Amino acid sequence: MPQRIDGSGETVRFTFEGREVAARAGETLAAALIAAGETTTRDSVVSGAPRGPFCMMGVCYECLVEIDGVPNRQACMIVAEPGMTVNRQTADEVVA
Amino acid sequence: MNSYDVVVVGAGPAGMACATEASRAGLSTLVLDEQPRPGGQIYRDIEVSDPGRRALLGKDYGEGARIAEAFRASKAEYRSGAVVWNIDSEKRIDYSAGGRSHSVQAKSLVVATGAIERPTPMPGWTLPGVTTVGAVQILLKTSGIVFEDLVLVGSGPLLWLAATQMIAAGAPPKAIVETVPRSRYREAARHFAKALRGWRYLAKGFAMMRAVKKAGVPVHSDAADIAIEGEIAVTAVTFTSGGTRQRIETAHVALHQGVVPNQQITRLMNCKHRFDDSQRAFLPVVDESFETSIPGVYVAGDGAGIGGAKSAEMRGRLVAMRIAEKVGNRAGEAAKLRTELAKDAAVRPLLEALYAPAADVLAPADATMVCRCEEITAGQIREAVALGAPGPNQVKSFLRAGMGPCQGRMCGLAVSEIIAAAKGETPSTVDYYRIRPPLKPLLLSELAGLGAEEPREAAE
Repeated sequence: MPQRIDGSGETVRFTFEGREVAARAGETLAAALIAAGETTTRDSVVSGAPRGPFCMMGVCYECLVEIDGVPNRQACMIVAEPGMTVNRQTADEVVA
Repeated sequence: MNSYDVVVVGAGPAGMACATEASRAGLSTLVLDEQPRPGGQIYRDIEVSDPGRRALLGKDYGEGARIAEAFRASKAEYRSGAVVWNIDSEKRIDYSAGGRSHSVQAKSLVVATGAIERPTPMPGWTLPGVTTVGAVQILLKTSGIVFEDLVLVGSGPLLWLAATQMIAAGAPPKAIVETVPRSRYREAARHFAKALRGWRYLAKGFAMMRAVKKAGVPVHSDAADIAIEGEIAVTAVTFTSGGTRQRIETAHVALHQGVVPNQQITRLMNCKHRFDDSQRAFLPVVDESFETSIPGVYVAGDGAGIGGAKSAEMRGRLVAMRIAEKVGNRAGEAAKLRTELAKDAAVRPLLEALYAPAADVLAPADATMVCRCEEITAGQIREAVALGAPGPNQVKSFLRAGMGPCQGRMCGLAVSEIIAAAKGETPSTVDYYRIRPPLKPLLLSELAGLGAEEPREAAE
């Protein structure tokens, strides 16, 4: 499991696939998911194979998730906000 | 529409330094950057990192604070969370921020979008738990996240830097699997004398290797035939080193084969590019002031060829000085900066020779997936070439390679290399994907609001 090296920090809570995930204030959804041990964020639109954050800098588009019902959002570019409902992007959701 | 003397895209060392210098020279300057805070990737979250985190990330990371402070104190305007999705030939820039699109006119455009990691196609590289080395550094910089079982795979200074930072953070990598062939050391040795001018980098390199040794991190040298295993996520990495097949169990693998210029904007604008054999990448053709083949379009920083953070800052300043000089404003003294820049670059030929990308990554096996978005293998690309596809754009039409949401960022260089090898040519002649807008996928709602900020009367 990933670990956080420094103790406390302000916590922001959102849900991922219905489970509560704690993020540090100001960090991206992808970072919070990785810290929570969630490495799979979407299914490939071609084969359905699982994919997860790869570059963490907005260029690979592997971390696409659905946020509050809107698909194709880059989890590594979007800062976690309280109450966000985040879900894995499944293969049948059309990529923009 | 707002107009600026200078619009800088990217707020890494080059973008920040360029904007600071440009506004000092009296030019109206706007910086557009995707991230929530300035710093780029190298100085990611520099403004919010506490002293503890800065200490483990090292002195060079701390340098970013000075650049960011000067940038914040300057008159340059800064828009964070701004994703540039088109720039036309008149230098009108369309970007998305706060859920809607905006347009701005630039008299001079500075592309400071830096570098991205080289595509590293190998078996299993799409499995969850596999990231770039840059990604694990970003996780450490922004969130203090470390892994107890991280295996670093590949080559390059960043691999050693990441290892050193993980050690300082109390989570040494489980292993380093280095792909540098033994023969490379001999080839690289001829650049050593020249590299001594950059002794500081050499000293840092040796210090990093010593730190890894002292921490007892196993280093597997001269590794080849790397494969990442797993069904729904990575479970192990296997490779051949020292004549034997080896296997390391892990849930976290980080790959690295060096960084290459991010060409998206310069390609979109049809700037001339050339293939650099030493950097093994396409670079925009620029003059000594980093102006591209399109007048008024400049590339500051690693986007014009990999030089590192210090060079990026200097290049950013030089670009601003040149723009100021052209419009007759008082510019800073460039001569001394050029000397410094040349000195800073002295170590590069050695690094480029020693850490040239691994043969396996440049010529992946037929079954290896190259285009991650559309799941196109190296074999399919070779087949398309055999059927007559002359270059990347035809391979794209045949197979959809490079047509997914990453728009070729994660496969483009590999595709050009594979086509070139299959045709017995060089990447220089087969060239690269044509890049079209939008540079990044955007929501229709973001597009729908374009231009809405201007009153209707003014728009007519």
